[in-house]
Amino acid sequence: MIRKLVRFLDRRTGTAPLLRKTLRYLFPDHWSFLLGEVALYSFVILVATGIYLTLFYENSTATVVYHGPYVPLQGQEMTQAYRSVLDISTTVKAGLLIRQTHHWAADIFIAAIVLHLIRIFFTGAYRKPRELTYWIGLTILLVSLLEGYLGYSLADDLLSGMGLAIGYGVAVSIPFFGANLAALIWDGPFPGKHDFFSRMYVAHVFLIPALIGALLVLHLALVALRHHTQFRETRRQTERKVVGIPTFPGQTPRSLGLFFAVAGVLFLLGGLVQINPIWLWGPYHTYISTNGAQPDWYLGWLIGALRLVPGFDLTIGHYTLVANPFWGGAALPSLVFIFLYLWPWLERRFGGDSAYHNLLDRPRDAPMRTAIGMTTLTWVFLPFVAGSSDRIYVTFGLPYIPQIWAFRVLAVVAPPLAGLIAFWVCRELQAGERVERRRKRAEEEAELA
Amino acid sequence: MGRARDALVAGLLLLARKRKRRLWPGQRERIVPPASRNPGSELLATLLLLAAAGCAVAFIVVYVLDRLPAHTQLLGLSLGLACLFVAAALIVTAKRLIVTEELEDDYPAEEHVDEQETVLQLVADSGFSRRRFFKLALGAAGGALALAVLTPIASLGPAIDLARFYATPWRRGRRLVDEHGRPYRASDVEEDTLYTAFAEGSDKEQLGSSLVLVRLPKDRLKLPAGNSGYAADGIVAYSKICTHAGCAISLYRAPLFQPDEPTPALVCPCHYSTFDPASGGRVTFGPAGRKLPMLPLTIAPNGELRAAGNFDSAVGPSWWGVRTKRPTS
Repeated sequence: MIRKLVRFLDRRTGTAPLLRKTLRYLFPDHWSFLLGEVALYSFVILVATGIYLTLFYENSTATVVYHGPYVPLQGQEMTQAYRSVLDISTTVKAGLLIRQTHHWAADIFIAAIVLHLIRIFFTGAYRKPRELTYWIGLTILLVSLLEGYLGYSLADDLLSGMGLAIGYGVAVSIPFFGANLAALIWDGPFPGKHDFFSRMYVAHVFLIPALIGALLVLHLALVALRHHTQFRETRRQTERKVVGIPTFPGQTPRSLGLFFAVAGVLFLLGGLVQINPIWLWGPYHTYISTNGAQPDWYLGWLIGALRLVPGFDLTIGHYTLVANPFWGGAALPSLVFIFLYLWPWLERRFGGDSAYHNLLDRPRDAPMRTAIGMTTLTWVFLPFVAGSSDRIYVTFGLPYIPQIWAFRVLAVVAPPLAGLIAFWVCRELQAGERVERRRKRAEEEAELA
Repeated sequence: MGRARDALVAGLLLLARKRKRRLWPGQRERIVPPASRNPGSELLATLLLLAAAGCAVAFIVVYVLDRLPAHTQLLGLSLGLACLFVAAALIVTAKRLIVTEELEDDYPAEEHVDEQETVLQLVADSGFSRRRFFKLALGAAGGALALAVLTPIASLGPAIDLARFYATPWRRGRRLVDEHGRPYRASDVEEDTLYTAFAEGSDKEQLGSSLVLVRLPKDRLKLPAGNSGYAADGIVAYSKICTHAGCAISLYRAPLFQPDEPTPALVCPCHYSTFDPASGGRVTFGPAGRKLPMLPLTIAPNGELRAAGNFDSAVGPSWWGVRTKRPTS
């Protein structure tokens, strides 16, 4: 049976040599190498659940009066888009399970990418010859942030509308052409015309997923062409020899097992842990907002940054050049991503290491890189926490205004401090290892003598 | 004697191997070493797969019996557990039932110098690279064509003419109405409460339509010179859209709790931009970079609130040059 299949395929496509090579491709083994796989499998679940949702979603902003089973909203005016998401959550069998699984999968997809990026950064996996793989990965993260934002904006509940308003505020704040750009995207000033929802919809369900899918294929192809990196755990692993478990039989049940584990956790979350109960927020209108609103976690750093920037527009006399939301909503993410894109080049240029690397560093092996990474991470993490400052106020009673001032000071002081501490810890760990090595050598010599 | 016995044993072993080969003609040497038998783990993996099948069936049953309480939870539980049982079975398979080989392989070559040279030679031999004028023309054609196919993007929206960004439905005499279209009377507006008003007959979603309306004690009002006469009987009206990022201003800090909250304030819940309604909408805290647009009010003889003109500044989040033009009706 299998013999027949293999023979059929080989005679039609001539791919038996490729198949043999693929089956014996080696996967170096380390838990942190699974993070990218978790992202990949979350994406598979996202596509599957997403397709199901499109079968019920209506991307129309035409107004209807709600007469569905959810009593508190009966008789309210809302868009067809919001009504259809309400229906998915109430009357479509298994609709709420799929919708919540989709939302959880999006959150975990981006979380896995971010952790994967952190692993790649601190182990120097992006170095020559893998810069292209790294840049494609970064691009996947960048468009995934947009994809997630569009996804929860399509529901057209109160929170999603507030999120869109903020997105519009950031767009118009971009110097020189911001308002023109926003006019193109929204077909005029906010809230825009009905075609804006069609644009979001086609971007969310087709353009961006197709882009992410294409980039994923490229990313994986480049990984395979250059082979995986590895840690130097024994003398067997060198810059020229890779040590690992072959795709088949060793890696196959492991990877499939991880896929089912990811799927299982996502379905459990989707069924058991409520996420974005849109029926509680109600429909969006430009003249309504609610307190205590929080975006999905991966936009928390932008909300926090928008809150921390002191209240000023950059003006010359009466002429506004840069409106305030630009700093937190556009400049911060641009800076962080530009830094990440440039980093492999920066490190080569100023670190003086342009060699070819297949072996990974441990964070302590490159104290400067670890320090700069920790500085960046702290710089992003602080606004992320500040994004929840109103919740911190409600939960812990810490007054809001002093909190904002504390975060403003911390945003300046803490990142370099975190870098310094990281540098010092790396050096100490290195010194500790040197002492350990010397002690061992002395003991061996003593035994010999 | 001993040597003879060794030879005999070796000969027998050789025979045995040969016979084994004959049993499976065409079979070659193993690639993957044989796994040790592990009946316990095999049983475990089988049981886990059966449990997965059971959970998957349970999912279908729950789906069909849609009158169950906690329907979504049971669906998620059954489907999630089915997947997790499969995952567990696969992990048992990976760890116990199959051989985990740790193999070595060469990393691919850093570069292929010969191939690179061949490619360069091909380009050089083709003759393309030497015709400079042709290359320029090719660039011009490519660039112009790219520009041409991108031009229809301009149809997406009014990107050049920003007049609509300054347009509001307000003009002198326009009545202030509530969400249901009922006109506000000055006597409807009480102190320490926030009211939302709209321009009569306008699209309520338009950013320039919605207002926050509050009444302040007259001795508290400290309107700047530009806004003198904007209040009507202590009632002041501001655009409801925050000048920071466009959320609706839905919080009103009043009545006051001394000493934390010394003055009444309009607050946007998105980033807590805070505006002073007594002084023409000045920013007192938070990230907003521009005061809240104020609408002049009058009271008609029948007591209804009406606009006495348009806002004093552009409505909504700020853009390049936003302060240079006054809103238009």
